[in-house]
Amino acid sequence: MGLTAASTRPRKGLSLRQREELDFYLFIGLWLVGFLLFTGGPILASLLFSFTNWTGLTTQEWVGLENFRKLLFDDPLFWIATRNTFFYSLGSVLLGTLGALAVALLLNQKLPGTTLMRVLYYIPSIASGVAVSILWIWMFNPQVGLVNYLLSLVGIPGPLWLGSQQWALPALILKSTWAIGANMIILLAGLQAVPTSLYEAAKIDGAHPWDEFFNVTIPMLSPVLFYVLVISTISSFQILTDVLVMTQGGPGTATLVFVYYIYQNAFQYLKMGYASALAWILFAIILALTLLQLWGSKKWVYYEDQAA
Amino acid sequence: MAPPLTRPPLPHTQPWHQKRSVRRGAHAALVYALAVPGAILFTIPLLWMLSTALKEPKQIFLFPPKWIPDPLLWGNFVAGWNDFLPFNTFLANSLIITVSNIVGNLISCSLAAFAFARLRARGKNLLFLLVLGTMLLPQEVTVIPQYVLFTRLGWNDSWLPLMVPPWFGWPFFIFLLRQFFMGIPRELDEAARLDGASSGRILWNLILPLSKPALATVVIFGFIGNWNNFLYPLIYIRSMDKQVLAVALNMFRGAYGNANYQYMMAVSLLVLLPVLVVFFLGQRLFVRGIALTGIKG
Repeated sequence: MGLTAASTRPRKGLSLRQREELDFYLFIGLWLVGFLLFTGGPILASLLFSFTNWTGLTTQEWVGLENFRKLLFDDPLFWIATRNTFFYSLGSVLLGTLGALAVALLLNQKLPGTTLMRVLYYIPSIASGVAVSILWIWMFNPQVGLVNYLLSLVGIPGPLWLGSQQWALPALILKSTWAIGANMIILLAGLQAVPTSLYEAAKIDGAHPWDEFFNVTIPMLSPVLFYVLVISTISSFQILTDVLVMTQGGPGTATLVFVYYIYQNAFQYLKMGYASALAWILFAIILALTLLQLWGSKKWVYYEDQAA
Repeated sequence: MAPPLTRPPLPHTQPWHQKRSVRRGAHAALVYALAVPGAILFTIPLLWMLSTALKEPKQIFLFPPKWIPDPLLWGNFVAGWNDFLPFNTFLANSLIITVSNIVGNLISCSLAAFAFARLRARGKNLLFLLVLGTMLLPQEVTVIPQYVLFTRLGWNDSWLPLMVPPWFGWPFFIFLLRQFFMGIPRELDEAARLDGASSGRILWNLILPLSKPALATVVIFGFIGNWNNFLYPLIYIRSMDKQVLAVALNMFRGAYGNANYQYMMAVSLLVLLPVLVVFFLGQRLFVRGIALTGIKG
């Protein structure tokens, strides 16, 4: 086909194939320049910074692995931030994914009102940012906030939430589950892609609804579920706005999370070198977790095209 | 394909709870019993936000709370917006930056996405791997050196650090659009190419008109992302007259928040409103775009 095209429409100098290649580089040009200037270059710079003691003001000195040695062995805040981030991630990913799956299963039915309910569950996930962080400060108000009011209805005296060492981080996890709608939509799309013939076959074989769930729904949904898990994990490690607005890492160090610690070092203490080293550690952790999930997925994720 | 199996005849001695109609009814009741309270629970924070925004101060601290304020102080929206900080300025700034960034993203990302979806070239796979790689890269890795770069360029306390990069593409949108473009039958543009259409014409006249769900998704995610962008204006913008809504709202909370929950909720609600409006306007296309590309923001 390429031959006929070339012969019917000859161009000066360039063959059709060359023309296409030129177009390719023209079309990606903006992105390529942007990548070099705003991503690729900065990545290399950041890597260099992480081996210096640069503060953004003074001249920089090469300190080798000193930043990494210090943060691993000499900085208790680093370990607190790591622990807090893992705790937050575990809580928000588990609650977020299971909650989204439960809601998606409930609303994947042809019953009146399910469309409206899908919208109601979904809206909070697009309502994000500072405005929502402020709403949740008010929600978690220990005396007159809505959360403790609802708890009081079922006879539970609510904690101090954002004012409590113990409950501030769980409060942020709770807030994050308000946004499960995004995962729910993806899981719903996944559920609707399961061929009904499989359910019919299961019914004919006399399968109990539980068998149907574990032997049809879950395996067929597993690639989507896996995607949701990976994306949620990555984004949970990058929580920042909520902490900046709602807790500033406190009380004490109760909500000091990784990215907030990077922010503090870079833009409050101006320790650019140290903050860069932290950022690279964060990247390494995220990469390791993603690879771990990828490796683990071989045991439970079912890809249809590989089944036969 | 195997011929469809016929259902074996059901025995006539079913106990009542296995009868179809009863089971269906019980099933529906169970679904509603679980889903409806959840839906209410997910909706009430926003209603509570509205309720607080309309209250007079002494009703705010009533416990148990009063859901429908008396009187309804709609004036709180006006007072919160005008009496403390120049929110009209912040609104204008946020709008200019957001709209410009979305336009920049649409142009730069559809060009790149088209190239990755349709054009053959050496090095393409490697470059696409770079797009995917940068999608996974946390912004924290680049934010510090970018700050150094933009400061050296003298861009501190200007909109340039916020407004220039979007014109150079965004890996996530490039990926999303590319996935969508790949789903459009190739025969269409090959026919156009045989008729002598250039790549630009194929993209503009053929691919883009067929990609409205994906473009709507970019617009909505772009709007939400830029409107809510907090870190960048926080670290770059110092002057009050250049500030954007997200940071200004947090300044408002810091300065006046503790004593004025009604104003804080009113202004927060106003800041949130455009996001909800944009979502509802584009919702139909948006949900299709997500379902087709399997992506969330």
